[in-house]
Amino acid sequence: MAILVIGEHDNKTLRPSTLNVVTAAAQLGTDVDILIAGAGCDAAAHEAAAISGVNRVRVADDPAFADGLAENIAPLIHGIASEYTHVLAPATTYGKSILPRASALLDVQQISDISGIEGSDTFVRPIYAGNAMATVKSNDALKLITVRTTAFDAAEQSGSATVETVSGGGDAGLSKFLGEELTRSERPELTTADIIVSGGRGMQSSENFAMLEKLADKMGAAVGASRAAVDAGYVPNDYQVGQTGKVVAPNVYIAVGISGAIQHLAGMKDSKVIVAINKDEEAPIFQVSDYGWVADLFEAVPQLEAAIEPS
Amino acid sequence: MKVLVPIKRVIDANIKVRVKTDQSGVELNNVKMAMNPFCEIAVEEAIRLREGGQAEEVIAVAVGPSQSQETLRTALAMGADRAILVEADPSPEPLAVAKLLKAVTDREGPGLVILGKQAIDGDNNQTGQMLAALLNWSVGTFVSRLKVDGASVQVTREVDGGLENIELVPPCVITVDLRLNEPRYASLPNIMKAKKKPLDVLSPTDLGVDVSPRLEVIRVVEPPARAAGVKVSSAEELVDKLKNEAKVI
Ligand SMILES: Cc1cc2nc3c(=O)[nH]c(=O)nc-3n(C[C@H](O)[C@H](O)[C@H](O)COP(=O)(O)OP(=O)(O)OC[C@H]3O[C@@H](n4cnc5c(N)ncnc54)[C@H](O)[C@@H]3O)c2cc1C
Ligand SMILES: Nc1ncnc2c1ncn2[C@@H]1O[C@H](COP(=O)(O)O)[C@@H](O)[C@H]1O
Repeated sequence: MAILVIGEHDNKTLRPSTLNVVTAAAQLGTDVDILIAGAGCDAAAHEAAAISGVNRVRVADDPAFADGLAENIAPLIHGIASEYTHVLAPATTYGKSILPRASALLDVQQISDISGIEGSDTFVRPIYAGNAMATVKSNDALKLITVRTTAFDAAEQSGSATVETVSGGGDAGLSKFLGEELTRSERPELTTADIIVSGGRGMQSSENFAMLEKLADKMGAAVGASRAAVDAGYVPNDYQVGQTGKVVAPNVYIAVGISGAIQHLAGMKDSKVIVAINKDEEAPIFQVSDYGWVADLFEAVPQLEAAIEPS
Repeated sequence: MKVLVPIKRVIDANIKVRVKTDQSGVELNNVKMAMNPFCEIAVEEAIRLREGGQAEEVIAVAVGPSQSQETLRTALAMGADRAILVEADPSPEPLAVAKLLKAVTDREGPGLVILGKQAIDGDNNQTGQMLAALLNWSVGTFVSRLKVDGASVQVTREVDGGLENIELVPPCVITVDLRLNEPRYASLPNIMKAKKKPLDVLSPTDLGVDVSPRLEVIRVVEPPARAAGVKVSSAEELVDKLKNEAKVI
């Protein structure tokens, strides 16, 4: 069984999501290739070649692939998919936009966001915001799958795969990348951070988030948020944790002024340790918290920050 | 320009779902159903395009059991002009839905199809992308801003790293994210008016689409439960627990 992993990258560096997907792929078979579709993406390709357990990196270098446009990349996947039994991509916004398009071109019913593998055709996935776990068996000959990255460990990086070029796809002439507004931060990234400090509507303003950032910096943590905090404009959209935001599973998740709606829990309940700070002792977040502190966050957060030794 | 808005009937977002004891799925009987929240945003956006003069007609289309007519009536009450039900029970998988929607698109000839980014039952996040592939149209996924200006469509997408701006060649498929707009509530007079708006019912056979499933559901179970832990009452106590009990900092 040969397995193709769609590598996620920004041409210069490989996104860590690729490492988790390779681990999932390795559970399906030993013949794992990675596709790097980009423009001037040599550096990303060489990083991919260093992932343990990867056989071959296939590089498609074309200006049309520079910005991850699904219209241009899906036909490339379509062109080489017949060489594989499984095609896997991360369940990130990148994988979610590209893989379903390739699936439809291949007439395959994709399996989204798997968190477990029970066999070459049988997979476990959360549905209803993680309130139920479905085990599904695919009857398609080819399987296209997006992988929940937090459910699989990152692969080691001590391999030396061969790097080859591959062609296909190209500019479909349907869409054009105009630009991006990326959130720049020196802090760890949400999806890979060991510790996350997350704020909700209880924070009341974007200025007050500075308090959480100070705590996060002392702990070496990333900063996240609930949908309510993002909708209110306290923090950018990419901070959102939940069913329709990012799924995270750090060692410690500290929820501050977050009530614990099911849609928020869907994104963080696989964290190892959950801490909640909330002034309402009835808040549902306490039902999933290992450590709950009923307190006014405006007093509790500075106290917590003072009690933590710098990381 | 016509705008087609596919909407799905799902368990209301505020209801806690229950897994059936026979592990065949989740309990749908006697459970409050509603329009998928992302679909409400899609309907709202389409109506705004018509109100802004960029669209002439808004057509809501649902694939699913006959009760989906209620959901279509809600879209009509919000302001959609007419509705189509493709009756199929249970609601088919995303690929089959995309094929049915392609057939409806071919019949109706819309300039824009606006879907939700995700249905909150299966959390698949596939249908719009698949429909765009089958039509060979451009697609803007996870859209938080949509600008339709004659022959140019510009979208802002919410992506993992922040925001992205893309220009699309129409006709195109759009899948909407939460922050695109705030959907309106239907007023009572509009709910009454909606009862008289046209609603056509088709079958997958009428559209020539095979909707047989590709996936077999082996079982559906509860997720592993998380037990509530202990309460702490000071920062020192919390830090001590994290350090010496949980050993995570
Ligand atoms: C389709 C759909 C998708 C969604 N997706 C997501 C998602 O991905 N992520 C997500 O987070 N939500 C999502 N939601 C929204 C979700 O349902 C909740 O509305 C949201 O999570 C609430 O955010 P919150 O907990 O910050 O706000 P609230 O529910 O308003 O809670 C605020 C909390 O702060 C506490 N508080 C207030 N002041 C203080 C203080 N001074 N000190 C201590 N505590 C205080 C209050 O007691 C309260 O518990 C989604 C909803 C829908 C319908
Ligand atoms: N059965 C259906 N009928 C109509 N529209 C649907 C149906 N299933 C999915 N959709 C549309 O596709 C979007 C994404 O759904 P999904 O791919 O299932 O997550 C939804 O928000 C709807 O706009």
